Amino acid sequence: MHTKTIVELAIGLAQGQFSSVELTQHYLARIEKYDPLLNSFITITPEHALEQAKQADQLRAKGQAHQLTGIPFAHKDIFCTKGIKTTCGSKMLDNFVAPYNATVVDKCNAAGLVLAGKTNMDEFAMGSSAENSYYGPTKNPWDLTTVPGGSSGGSAAAVAARLIPAATGTDTGGSIRQPAALTGLTGLKPTYGRVSRYGMIAFASSLDQGGFFTLSAEDAALLLNVIAGFDEKDSTSIDTPVPNYADSLNKPIKGIKIGIPKEYFAEGLDAKIAEKIKAAMQMLEKEGAIFIDISLPTTSLAIPTYYVIAPAECSSNLSRYDGVRFGYRAENPKDLEDLYKRSRSESFGEEVKRRIMIGTYALSAGYYDAYYLKAQKVRRLINNDFQNAFKKVDIILGPTTPTTAFKLGEKAQDPVSMYLSDIYTIAVNLAGLPGMSIPIGFVNQLPVGMQLIGNHFCEQHMLNLAHHYQQLTDWHKQLPEKF
Amino acid sequence: MRAISIAAGEIIKMAVNKQDVINVANLARLTLSETDIDKYARNLSTIFELASQLNNINTDNIEPMAHPLDVHQRLREDIVTETNQRDLFQQLAPLTEAGLYLVNKVVE
Repeated sequence: MHTKTIVELAIGLAQGQFSSVELTQHYLARIEKYDPLLNSFITITPEHALEQAKQADQLRAKGQAHQLTGIPFAHKDIFCTKGIKTTCGSKMLDNFVAPYNATVVDKCNAAGLVLAGKTNMDEFAMGSSAENSYYGPTKNPWDLTTVPGGSSGGSAAAVAARLIPAATGTDTGGSIRQPAALTGLTGLKPTYGRVSRYGMIAFASSLDQGGFFTLSAEDAALLLNVIAGFDEKDSTSIDTPVPNYADSLNKPIKGIKIGIPKEYFAEGLDAKIAEKIKAAMQMLEKEGAIFIDISLPTTSLAIPTYYVIAPAECSSNLSRYDGVRFGYRAENPKDLEDLYKRSRSESFGEEVKRRIMIGTYALSAGYYDAYYLKAQKVRRLINNDFQNAFKKVDIILGPTTPTTAFKLGEKAQDPVSMYLSDIYTIAVNLAGLPGMSIPIGFVNQLPVGMQLIGNHFCEQHMLNLAHHYQQLTDWHKQLPEKF
Repeated sequence: MRAISIAAGEIIKMAVNKQDVINVANLARLTLSETDIDKYARNLSTIFELASQLNNINTDNIEPMAHPLDVHQRLREDIVTETNQRDLFQQLAPLTEAGLYLVNKVVE
């Protein structure tokens, strides 16, 4: 059962091959058996899941089920789930039971998805390896000595090991796409403003966006239908119609113009990954796709721009964690200042403190213009590059990551080396564009991903191209032997 | 903190020193140990050296971009739409009394 996609599972449920309770029990048993090897879950919710599964079966018996009713699912522990512990991977929220649901959670519940648990992540979404969690690192199911990527590493590992058919993630600088590439999954980050951020714990408010990991582009289209849409409760939510993303999956790709940025194939990219991408391009060319060379000259500026803007916004967002109204409070504070300082210092991890420090420095008096304001201007130049490219092409294609999964601990001591691994994903967040990563093969037995970038609100073009590629290949059907 | 002046085309190396780190930690309401202070001075220096690449880029007449789609803040009617859930939310609080959040005495 667990090798099936959501589309296949939905058919199984509709045809009565198994009930939602049986399906949920199957996944819960796999989680219990295999998660100790991966540490991909922070909280598992078996009673809640089985209760939802039972209700799903009842709805189905009455003929009131939708396509996704009764499919098991997991949420990254950054989404508030009412009555369920929501930690954001941090000691600061270890005692936090969310009093409300994120809009994404409400939408998934309304679609009938069954919540099996909350997945592990880099603390407050800051990291590219899932090593920065208070709850310990998550391992990559393809090689347990390597990272699954981050910050949504728990969701990626859980789906890759088939402990769950899909899971949500969030992506601020690549935190869905990079883990998808390192674990052989389809990972989608929608356009900024496409998916509500209400109840999604904030890291960098102008960059964060919720999305998910699935086994196929077809599944991704179904889930995007569920979570996309305007939300009054999110003041950055964009009110623009949501197409049915499943409708355009099979549109012919003949004549589709795909841009290849020369800067993405320069030094720094593993030559074997470049080969895999060229092979994927040849396949798409046979189907009639037209490749056009483009240039994104500001590519190398994305990292310094991001690592000023994101920490600046994070330092502001994390100022709400003060030990007063919720979350961790230090014991026996001697005065209010001590309460603030020790509550924060005793419960935030290293990377979080580092980014708060970077952000606070960049925003402080005398430095705001030189760093933050300057970075915002360069951000516009980066966006302009993409807009110029989209005048000539429909989609941009390139690598998702410069290397395959690195070893646990390899980059943990050198933050800048970790930051540099975000080179292909980060600019997409700065420009607010949608992006996805799909599996295109293996190098040294580790998965390799390819990134597709669309123009604003053009997710359907990326999904269409990805679906065609997945009809021609079966990389997305591979699962790690151990699981 | 040291001030910086930027001449066109000049790359400025910005070293973040111990006093800078102490000042920033205070603003950020964080406590740092002595070893931490040195480590942050090094980390922040490296990161801001990376950021100083931006100084070389001509951004004359370029508007800053705060929002990826340049959208403006949506407004709504100034009417009450939320219900008071103080008791529910205060169940999460470390210390409360009579509907108030308790902290150390501030005013002597």
